[in-house]
Amino acid sequence: MKPLNMTDTDANTVSSDEVLNSVPVLLSVQGLNHRYGQRQALNQIDLKLYQGRFNALLGANGAGKSTLFNLLAGLIRRQEGELVFNGDPLDKATPDYLCNLGIVFQQSTLDLDLTVGQNLHYHASLQGMSRKEAKNRIHQELERLELLDRLKTPVRQLNGGHKRRVEIARALLHNPAFLMLDEATAGLDIQTRRQLTEYLHQRCEEGLTVLWTTHLLEEIADEDPVTILHQGEVVCAGLQKTLLAKSPDASLAGLLNGRVEGCKKAAGQTSKTPSQNPEPAL
Amino acid sequence: MNAPIKIRKHQGGISRYWRTFVGISQRELLRFVQQRTRFLSALIRPLLWLVVFAAGFRAVLGVSIMPPYGTYITYQVYIAPGLVAMILLFNAMQSALSMVYDREMGSMKVLLTSPPPRSFLLISKLVANALVSLPQVMVFLLIALLVDVDPPLIGYLAVLPAALLVSVMLGAIGLFISTFIRQLENFAGVMNFVIFPMFFLSSALYPLWKMQEAGILLHTVCQLNPFTYGVELIRFSLYGELDSHSLMVVSGITLAFLTLAIISFDPQRGMKSSGKPVPKA
Repeated sequence: MKPLNMTDTDANTVSSDEVLNSVPVLLSVQGLNHRYGQRQALNQIDLKLYQGRFNALLGANGAGKSTLFNLLAGLIRRQEGELVFNGDPLDKATPDYLCNLGIVFQQSTLDLDLTVGQNLHYHASLQGMSRKEAKNRIHQELERLELLDRLKTPVRQLNGGHKRRVEIARALLHNPAFLMLDEATAGLDIQTRRQLTEYLHQRCEEGLTVLWTTHLLEEIADEDPVTILHQGEVVCAGLQKTLLAKSPDASLAGLLNGRVEGCKKAAGQTSKTPSQNPEPAL
Repeated sequence: MNAPIKIRKHQGGISRYWRTFVGISQRELLRFVQQRTRFLSALIRPLLWLVVFAAGFRAVLGVSIMPPYGTYITYQVYIAPGLVAMILLFNAMQSALSMVYDREMGSMKVLLTSPPPRSFLLISKLVANALVSLPQVMVFLLIALLVDVDPPLIGYLAVLPAALLVSVMLGAIGLFISTFIRQLENFAGVMNFVIFPMFFLSSALYPLWKMQEAGILLHTVCQLNPFTYGVELIRFSLYGELDSHSLMVVSGITLAFLTLAIISFDPQRGMKSSGKPVPKA
């Protein structure tokens, strides 16, 4: 396998992904750096999120996915780097940006004591929606997610899969163009994970742009654009099928193993494979 | 073929901000209604002070006449506004505590990733919490009638805006303190250094002239305590009068701490400790 130069971001992109060149970019990140004190959490991140696609951000635990996620959500002040949303540079998370953004956080952020409807109405009010508009949208989203019968159920009584679906409904309530999900399937069974990813792929067909952070390669379809983060750096990016074709085995560990190993060797450094990381993915 | 995306511009306007404020207030009210024990504990604390503690000192102030009271008063009458302020103080600090909790648990992230400006969202949350305190104040004052704390009828109306303002001031102080707290566990300790000194070193339990008799330092500390002015604002309003000096001090402190809290509020604070460490590349 031809090693990738981790300092040369252009080379990180798999060349055979011409198909992505024809897809417009909704959000691009250039030269993003972030430090927590002395610790470099993100190093020169370049990332493109394609419109109407299920963009996956893949990486083992500690790769920097959540930091990148929080930066994109505007929860962390950007230290260095540029964000361009729909062609416009973004200095900070402006109201125009945020009203186009739906977010599902890694930890559940639903109010357990309130019902599904009360949680959704609260979110609708944060978006400035009228009571009537909110009611219609809640009905539509819950119907699509087959949760309409749970409208008056306290969230505390829902199972993990239903809670996640409510969070997705909430994130989509204001019709955002861009939906970010941070390890949204954590703790869910395989069937529920599959249902959620299928649903979101379906929404992408309708024009929604999704950013899906995960450490599970199986959640990503062949045609999905994937960016792989490792130790705060973009290791490679491209369509999943293209990346897998160049991987020694069909797993994230396999992907990282071949590429990081190759890079280190090329740079003459001591080998450090992902399998030496705590909690290697898969 | 994917459908074309629809990028929207944020629609501002007073009505949308109003809906946001109403939504935040409704949520706080719903949460409050769900937590009945919170309501009871918020009432039992001041009622114990009023019925048990104040009963023993019933005649302690019987020798003095001081504004806004037109005649000799019992200690229970004197202490009632301070206990109203106590309800507000505990609620405000509990609200700050819930913000630390929300920040750790993530629901604060939902609030802060919504389009309205962060300052508006934080102020709305503080005012919503303050509004939730008002029914508790009214219930307390109605129960206090049983021990002869009977302000004029106008006082029950006039005390509401005063209590609201004092509650927002205390909430802003609590929010400012919470910006220095990384984890929820630390907050309880900090509260011991805030709630009790704030309450005891004020005019809630004793008039300032009594404090002056006890010592000039104690009197000075009480005069520097913003809670003193909150108590006095409530005391005068409860008798249908306006203490303009206290009003100015409370307004100024509210503005100052709101500004400081908004500037200092950092949703990232809880993340640093709980975030996943990334080895230096």
